[in-house]
Amino acid sequence: MSTLNSKIPAGPLEKKWSDHKDHIRLVNPANKRHIDIIVVGTGLAGGAAAASLAEMGYSVKAFCFQDSPRRAHSIAAQGGINAAKNYQNDGDSTFRLFYDTIKGGDYRAREANVYRLAEVSANIIDQCVAQGVPFARDYGGLLDNRSFGGVQVQRTFYARGQTGQQLLLGAYSAMSRQIGKGTIKMYNRHEMLDVVVVNGKARGIIARNLITGEIERHSAHAVIIATGGYGNVFFLSTNAMGSNVTAAWKIHKKGAFFGNPCYTQIHPTCIPVSGDHQSKLTLMSESLRNDGRIWVPKKKDDNRKPTDIPEEERDYYLERRYPAFGNLVPRDVASRAAKERCDAGYGVGKSKLAVYLDFSDAIKRLGKDAVAAKYGNLFQMYAKITDEDPYATPMRIYPAVHYTMGGIWVDYDLMTTVPGLFALGEANFSDHGANRLGASALMQGLADGYFVIPYTIGDYLADDIRTGKIPTNTPEFDEAEKQVKERLNHFINNKGTKPVDHFHKKLGKIMWDKCGMARNEKGLKEAIAEIQELKKEFWKDVRVPGSLNEFNQELEKAGRVADFIELGELMCKDALNRNESCGGHFREEYQTEEGEAMRDDENYAYVAAWEYKGENAEPVLHKEELKFENIKIAQRSYK
Amino acid sequence: MNLLLKIWRQKGPNSPGKMVDYPVTDISEDMSFLEMLDVLNDQLVVKGEEPVSFDHDCREGICGMCSLYINGQAHGPERLVTTCQLHMRSFKDGETIYIEPWRAKAFPVVKDLVVDRGAFDRIMNVGGFVSVNTGGAQDANCLPVSKVDADKAFDAATCIGCGACVATCKNSSAMLFVSAKVSQLALLPQGKIEAQERVLNMVEQMDVEGFGNCTNTGACEVECPKGISLENIARMNREYLSAALTGEEKKEITGGF
Ligand SMILES: Cc1cc2nc3c(=O)[nH]c(=O)nc-3n(C[C@H](O)[C@H](O)[C@H](O)COP(=O)(O)OP(=O)(O)OC[C@H]3O[C@@H](n4cnc5c(N)ncnc54)[C@H](O)[C@@H]3O)c2cc1C
Ligand code: SF4
Ligand code: FES
Repeated sequence: MSTLNSKIPAGPLEKKWSDHKDHIRLVNPANKRHIDIIVVGTGLAGGAAAASLAEMGYSVKAFCFQDSPRRAHSIAAQGGINAAKNYQNDGDSTFRLFYDTIKGGDYRAREANVYRLAEVSANIIDQCVAQGVPFARDYGGLLDNRSFGGVQVQRTFYARGQTGQQLLLGAYSAMSRQIGKGTIKMYNRHEMLDVVVVNGKARGIIARNLITGEIERHSAHAVIIATGGYGNVFFLSTNAMGSNVTAAWKIHKKGAFFGNPCYTQIHPTCIPVSGDHQSKLTLMSESLRNDGRIWVPKKKDDNRKPTDIPEEERDYYLERRYPAFGNLVPRDVASRAAKERCDAGYGVGKSKLAVYLDFSDAIKRLGKDAVAAKYGNLFQMYAKITDEDPYATPMRIYPAVHYTMGGIWVDYDLMTTVPGLFALGEANFSDHGANRLGASALMQGLADGYFVIPYTIGDYLADDIRTGKIPTNTPEFDEAEKQVKERLNHFINNKGTKPVDHFHKKLGKIMWDKCGMARNEKGLKEAIAEIQELKKEFWKDVRVPGSLNEFNQELEKAGRVADFIELGELMCKDALNRNESCGGHFREEYQTEEGEAMRDDENYAYVAAWEYKGENAEPVLHKEELKFENIKIAQRSYK
Repeated sequence: MNLLLKIWRQKGPNSPGKMVDYPVTDISEDMSFLEMLDVLNDQLVVKGEEPVSFDHDCREGICGMCSLYINGQAHGPERLVTTCQLHMRSFKDGETIYIEPWRAKAFPVVKDLVVDRGAFDRIMNVGGFVSVNTGGAQDANCLPVSKVDADKAFDAATCIGCGACVATCKNSSAMLFVSAKVSQLALLPQGKIEAQERVLNMVEQMDVEGFGNCTNTGACEVECPKGISLENIARMNREYLSAALTGEEKKEITGGF
């Protein structure tokens, strides 16, 4: 039986990581070559890990489902990456980044992890610049910064509106170098469908070659999951179409606890839904809130053109409610405020589910060219989708599902509750508590991949230097492969009537209505019943054409949606258990008179880590208590 | 709107392919092109037919996964957009739309509209990087880069590796793609040290993969969804020439530890 031990090193906060590194075990270079590591996922977290581990001499096998590691969802990140460099001389420091992140996360993250994240943040920028990542620079040739939500310093590094692209291409280039050297063997268009556990340790995976359909066995001494977030459980989200929970869900079923599944980030500035045909939502980066002002008309149902509404008849509600942070309040706060205005009848556009994000002041102040230089690609994207010119009229925006703070529970070493199985990046639950601050996901993914796992995995692998190759012709591999095949066969042989998307959309609607921006006990209970019903219907009535042994995109989707359905139920259960509001988790029963989230630190200052107990059994809740020794826990205020 | 789609169907790399007609009805102008194909595919599944395979992921013009040759143009009729950013308002009611995969020797068809662009990765593996290991990098601001160079490097670095340049080129040349990476790194001080080996190795691999020669038609620049400029090809040619002229032994920058 696994128990919850976060393995946070003793000693003062500032020394924990360096002391830990000084004392954990190492694997010497000659032995590394005989140790195999599987990295599933080659986004920022997995790409950085695969490259770094291969550079160190380990023998790495990396997997992704796209046709190239350069296409992972990380590529879409727009706004920037945080680092406590204090290049702007505005009082930034490791402690301040640490403090902002804990507070931004509504006091639901581990102090030690977050401090380490802030500590290594500066190295990330150095590393990326050395790789040739073209960050924005000022005329003196030095790096430029911008601000993001929830902070009062400028610590965000960026590459126009394509920061994720440039960082991922950096990690991809580091991987390419190792692939060329043969130290990484890259498996593109492969999907991991299960983990193989031998004598209690993760020793390999079962993967499907998406081109031939072949089911393959791969063994290793340790397995790293860096497969991203599960926002697509809502069907509509800003995530890439292929983003999924399958790898994380499969390891959960094999013993890895799932941490805080209900913590979902709803991003305040996305292009609103335009119709039923919509397959995904598009983010308008938070960086736009540096220069854009958010408002709705003061009058209900005001149908005038936004440019015809005079200044005094506009309600800049964020500036009004939160004068200290204004348009740069954290995401959860901004999203709820938009929903509040729209629910109260002040929404704009055809659907009335939108607010304005207005650049006219910035264009007046800085000129159109300067605004275009900063945000050009975002404005272009907006114009393409909506057929409106954001230079001439304000953007219409509305909150959308964007990121999942919840994920696989890991200890300080990023190891899950299964020995030898690690989780990095958005796939783990670690650093963002109940709400992630903008520009912190890229930081965390790269911190995990470049600067944490290369050290901590050695401590685990030190026991394996004499193990030798892990064979794949064992009963554990037989069994895992059999299960994977049975499930795939079911999909193909099931002569249902409805396509996979039908079920995915239904699930998304249940989740958005009842486990989305606002949740309550009654709705969550209904959602759980509806999802259980949907699950039965799905297995009975889904139709997957084609065969197993070929390129079959419907089959891929079917497997992913099956896992999303099960995850959705757990998310609702977690949300129901947490009788408080914190960060992105807003329970309507628990709010202050002004409508702000009301935490219950006495009873809920813990990480909820769920243990899977089988198909028809209730999951078991384990609690990791959060201790705040360096920050005074307080009600979050951005006023 | 109602449309007639003529779509390339091909079971696998070695099977013959053909154009097949699919009428679609009630398409909204606000749909993206790929959402229109989603509608078609859901209808095919319900009828028990195999849906059309096509590559896509981010659906916002950045991952480079989507492709499609639409009415004889890579990524369709609009300039500076990828197929996933193309909306149905760019088409007329009643129109016939031809949809085909990228066609190039170096990009074999996997199925229907999906091709294998692995050749691009293999070119990157021989030089599309700066040889630095993780750890030990100096403070980022110890290496100032002029804003002009940084901006030019950035422009080149925005290539999404979609392959439209190759698909468009009558010679199936990969020059625009390769020159974008060569330029990005040649413009930055970090990349200068290995500039010569890089360009020689990448160009050699480009030939090995079966991409054709560049005859300066400029078609690639027109169809590139990210506006990668021909200047990059000129810069790469200069780099290549100077590398070849200095007679430096071509070094294996990928081999050894
Ligand atoms: C539109 C958008 C903009 C954003 N902007 C910012 C920003 O400005 N700043 C910021 O800090 N964060 C931003 N984020 C968040 C950030 O981009 C992500 O959290 C982060 O990139 C996740 O990285 P990752 O490496 O954990 O996972 P991903 O990049 O999602 O990579 C997942 C990898 O796993 C692989 N994979 C998944 N499942 C399987 C499987 N079963 N088998 C094999 N392979 C698998 C995929 O192929 C992929 O390689 C943004 C997110 C979105 C959606
Ligand atoms: S150069 Fe342009 S067309 Fe060619 S791969 Fe890059 S982005 Fe695509
Ligand atoms: S799907 Fe990503 S660029 Fe089109």
